Amino acid sequence: MRRVYDFHGGIHPAENKHQSVRSGIRSAGVPAQLILPLSQHIGAAARPVVTVGDYVLKGQVIAEAAGHVSATLHAPSSGRISGIEDRPIPHPSGLPAPCIVIDCDQQDLWTPHQGVADYRDCDASELLELISSAGIAGMGGAGFPTAVKLMGKPGRSVKTLIINGTECEPYITADDILMRERAADILEGVAILQHILQPEETLLGLEDNKPEAIAALREASASASHVEIVTFPTKYPSGGEKQLIEILTGKQVPAGGLPGDIGIVCQNVGTAVAVRDAVIYGKPLISRITTVTGDAVATPQNFEVLLGTPMQHLLDLAGLQPERCERLVMGGPMMGFTVTNPQAPIVKTTNCILAPTTTELPPPPPAQPCIRCGLCAEACPASLLPQQLFWFAQGKEFEKLEQHNLFDCIECGACSWVCPSHIPLVQYYRASKADILQQRRDHAKSEQARERFEARQTRRAQEDEEREAKRAARKAAAEKRTQLATQEGGEDPIQAAIDRAKAKKAAQQAGTGTEPAAAASALDTLRQKLEKAEQRLAQSHASGEDAKIVTALEASAERLRGKLTEAESAASEAGAS
Amino acid sequence: MMAWVTDYPLLAALLALVGLGAPFGALLGFAAVRFRAEGNPIADEINAILPQTQCGQCGFPGCRPYAEAIAGGEAINKCPPGGEATIQALADLLDVEAPPLDAEHGEEKVKTVAYIREDECIGCTKCIQACPVDAILGAAKQMHTVIASECTGCDLCVEPCPVDCIDMLPLEESLQTWHWQLPAPRSNNLEIIATDSVTAERAA
Amino acid sequence: MLADYSILLIGAILVNNFVLVQFLGLCPFMGVSNKLETAMGMSMATTFVLTLASACSHLTYHLLLQPLGLEYLRTISFILVIAVVVQFTEMVVRKSSPLLHRVLGVYLPLITTNCAVLGVALLNINKDHSFMQALFYGFGAALGFALVLILFAAMRERLAVADVPEPFRGPAIGMVTAGLMSLAFMGFAGLV
Repeated sequence: MRRVYDFHGGIHPAENKHQSVRSGIRSAGVPAQLILPLSQHIGAAARPVVTVGDYVLKGQVIAEAAGHVSATLHAPSSGRISGIEDRPIPHPSGLPAPCIVIDCDQQDLWTPHQGVADYRDCDASELLELISSAGIAGMGGAGFPTAVKLMGKPGRSVKTLIINGTECEPYITADDILMRERAADILEGVAILQHILQPEETLLGLEDNKPEAIAALREASASASHVEIVTFPTKYPSGGEKQLIEILTGKQVPAGGLPGDIGIVCQNVGTAVAVRDAVIYGKPLISRITTVTGDAVATPQNFEVLLGTPMQHLLDLAGLQPERCERLVMGGPMMGFTVTNPQAPIVKTTNCILAPTTTELPPPPPAQPCIRCGLCAEACPASLLPQQLFWFAQGKEFEKLEQHNLFDCIECGACSWVCPSHIPLVQYYRASKADILQQRRDHAKSEQARERFEARQTRRAQEDEEREAKRAARKAAAEKRTQLATQEGGEDPIQAAIDRAKAKKAAQQAGTGTEPAAAASALDTLRQKLEKAEQRLAQSHASGEDAKIVTALEASAERLRGKLTEAESAASEAGAS
Repeated sequence: MMAWVTDYPLLAALLALVGLGAPFGALLGFAAVRFRAEGNPIADEINAILPQTQCGQCGFPGCRPYAEAIAGGEAINKCPPGGEATIQALADLLDVEAPPLDAEHGEEKVKTVAYIREDECIGCTKCIQACPVDAILGAAKQMHTVIASECTGCDLCVEPCPVDCIDMLPLEESLQTWHWQLPAPRSNNLEIIATDSVTAERAA
Repeated sequence: MLADYSILLIGAILVNNFVLVQFLGLCPFMGVSNKLETAMGMSMATTFVLTLASACSHLTYHLLLQPLGLEYLRTISFILVIAVVVQFTEMVVRKSSPLLHRVLGVYLPLITTNCAVLGVALLNINKDHSFMQALFYGFGAALGFALVLILFAAMRERLAVADVPEPFRGPAIGMVTAGLMSLAFMGFAGLV
C-alpha cells in the first residue's frame, strides 16, 4: 500500500452523490440548436473560421486557437451555421459573449477522421499536435489547454504523472460514473499521456467514497500495471490540484508556482479519455459527461452531452420541476455559480448542473460580526489566514493581502462553510483579487501614459531647440552678410540683387527701358496661354461640361485676350518710340 | 588649572560649553556638506502614484508639477482622475490623513475615452497639439483619429476642436472588465435575535 | 562579566522598559506607531541616537565636566550632545532614505527632546556606570524602545481595520492598548 499524506484543514460536507449514480451514463442526443462560446478555456478566445450559412460536419473545425494559450473549437454535430453573435453564456456576470450558433440537421454526420495507427510510434510533439488540434482543455473545471500544460517548460522532466479522479465536491458524479463505465478508456488515455511525458511514476488518485469506481479501475489495470491506483479518505477539497499532489506525494507546490516546478503534472480522468479519443480515433473534443442533479429534478443522472447543448435541454431530459427549483447552479454547491439564463450552453468545463430546492440549498443567512474564532484558519487547505485576509479585504489593504498570500487562495469555500457568523469570506477574496489585478493594470497604463508624455515633452523640447538653432544660424548668416558687405565697400550683394529686380519690375510696368527681346518673349508667352485657354474652351464645349465651368473658361479666355491686346499695343508703342 | 576654574567659575563654564560646542559644530558643518541630498526624490515616488492623465484639473500644468508641489506640502486631494484610491495611496506613502476629494477641482467620474466623429473632422491638428500623451493620430489636412488604448480620458482635446467633433464616451462594462464586488457591508439594523425586533418597535 | 552585561541588557529592555515601565519617550511611541515600516525606521534612528548619545555624554561628563568640577553643567551639555547627534542622524536619514525622512517628519528632530534619551544619559551618571556599561545600557534602552514600538505599531495596524466601536476609534483604542501592554510588561518586575 502506498503511503498517503494529508493536507492542512479541509471539511466534510454532506456528499449527496448517491442520487445521480442510480443509473448509468445516458446520451443527451442532439438538440435543435447548439451554441458554442468562443472562449471555453483559459487563455485567448478562439477565432471563427466559418461564416454564417456554412454547412459544417460533426467534428469539423469552426474556430481556431488564437495564440499560444488557446484552444480550437469543433462543431459537435452536423448542421448549418446560423449566426456568430453574442449569446448568454454560463458566467457569473450574466453578460453575453460571442458564440457560434449551429442549427442541427439531426443527421449527426461525422467529418472524416482518423487517429494514429500506433501512438507508441509517434513522438511527443506529434501527439501534442493532435491533442492541440482536437481542442482539448482541462475537463475537471479549470479549462486550461491540455497541450500547453503537457508541453510544460523546455528542459523540465516529469517525475510524477497524477490522474485526478477525486471529484471531491458534493453532488458531482461525472468522473465517478466515467471511472465505473469506461475505466479501460481512461487507462488507455493515461498510457498515451505516459508516452508523451515519460514520468518516473504514474498515480491515479481517488477518494474512498467511490468503491465501485475503485473496483472497476483495479480490474482494468490488472492487465496493465503501469498505473498505481491510490485511494485516500474523503475530504473536501482533496480534488484541488495542489491538495491532491500533497496527498499523493507529500510535496507542496511553492506559493505562486505551478506543479511543473516540482516535476509533477496533473490531469483529470475526463481529459485522459478525451486524449485517447483524439489520438486513437482522431475525434476532437465535442462532448463531455455532465451530472444533472438536485431535488428539483425528477431523475438526477449523468448525461453524455454535446458541447453547446442549452442547459434547458438537459433539464427537460432529467425532468426539472421549475416551480420547486430555487436557482440554477453550474458546478457544485461549494465552487459553482448561479446561472440566470437556462438557455446558456454546456461548455468544456461544465461538470454539473445543480437544481436545488429551497430546503436543499437555502439562501445564506445575514452575515454577523466576526467573532475571531479561528475556525476558518483551521479549515483552509492552503494554510492561509482567512480571518486576517477578511480584515484586510474589508479595509482594502492590498499590500497586506499580497503579503498574506491572497493569490494562493483556491476559492474552495471551506472557510465560508465553517464560519459560525455566516460571513461570505470567499466573496471578499474574489473581490480583493479582482481589485488588486485592476490596480496593477491601471498602474501599468498610467506608467505608459507617463512615458508617452515624457517622450512628447522631449520631442517638443528638441523641436524647439532645432527651431532656435536654425533661427540663430539664419541670424548669424544675415549678420555675416552685412559684415562682408560693409567690408567690401558699399554694396550688400543681396540687397543689390533685390534692387535690380525691383527696378526691372518697375520698368516693365512703365513699359520703358525694357529690352525689346524681353517684351517679345512676354508676348509669346501670353499668346501661348491664350491658345491653350481657347483649346480648353473648345474641349469643354465638345464634351458638354457643366455650365459653370464653361462660363469660367470663357471668362479666363477673355481676360487673356485683353492682356494680349494691351501687351501688343504697349510693345508696338515701345517699338515705335 | 583647577585653581583658575574655581576662581572664575562662570568663565570656566562658558569656555567649557563653547569648547564642547565648537568641535561639534564643525562636525555638523562637515556632515552637512558630505551628506547633501540632491534633487527631490520624493517627488518621483509621488509621481509614480498619480494617474498621469496630465489633465491639469488639480490646478498644476501636469502630474509632475503637482507631484513636486505635494512634496513641498501641497494638499493631496486635488486629483479627480486618480480618485479616492490615489488619495489613499498618497496618504499611505506620506503617512498623513486621507481627506476626501476636493470638490472644487472636479468629481471622480466614470472613465472615458475620446472619440472623434470623423465625418466632421477638418484636419486642423489642434487636438493633436493638445493631447499630452500623443494619443491622436493624424496630420494637417489628414483625418484625425484617437488611439483608444492610449487615451487617458483627460478631456484636453475637446476644447481646442473648432468644429466640436470630439465626444468623451464612457468605457462600457464588458466580460473582460467585469469582476466580483465586495459583499455589502454588514447592516446594523439586522434583527438577529427575537428581542431585536421588539426593541426596534419600541424605538419606532 | 558576561552575566553582568546580560543583566544590564535584560533590565533595560524588559524589566525597566523605558516606554512601558518608566513612561519615558511616549511622544514618538504614540506618534510614529501608525505604520510598521515607519516604526521600524524610527526604531533604527533612535537606536543609533541613543547608543551614540549615551557614549558621547558619558565621555563628556567624565573627560570634560568632572575634571573641571563643572558637574552642574551636565544637563545642558548632554542636551547639546544629543542635539548634535540627532542633527547628524537627520542628515544621514535624509540622504539615504528621503521617503523615511519625509514620513518621520517632525518626529526625527523631536528625538532631541525624547526624555528617554536624556534620561539614559543622566541615569548613567546616577548609577555610576563605566563606559562599557553606559554603552550597553544605552543600547539596551534603545532595544527596549524599538521592541515596544514595533509591537505597538503591528497592533495598531490591525486595529485600524478591526471592528472598533465608534467612540474608541483612533488614538483612544491606541491608549487602551498601550495601557494593557504596560500591565503586561510590569509582569517582568523582580526578574533581575
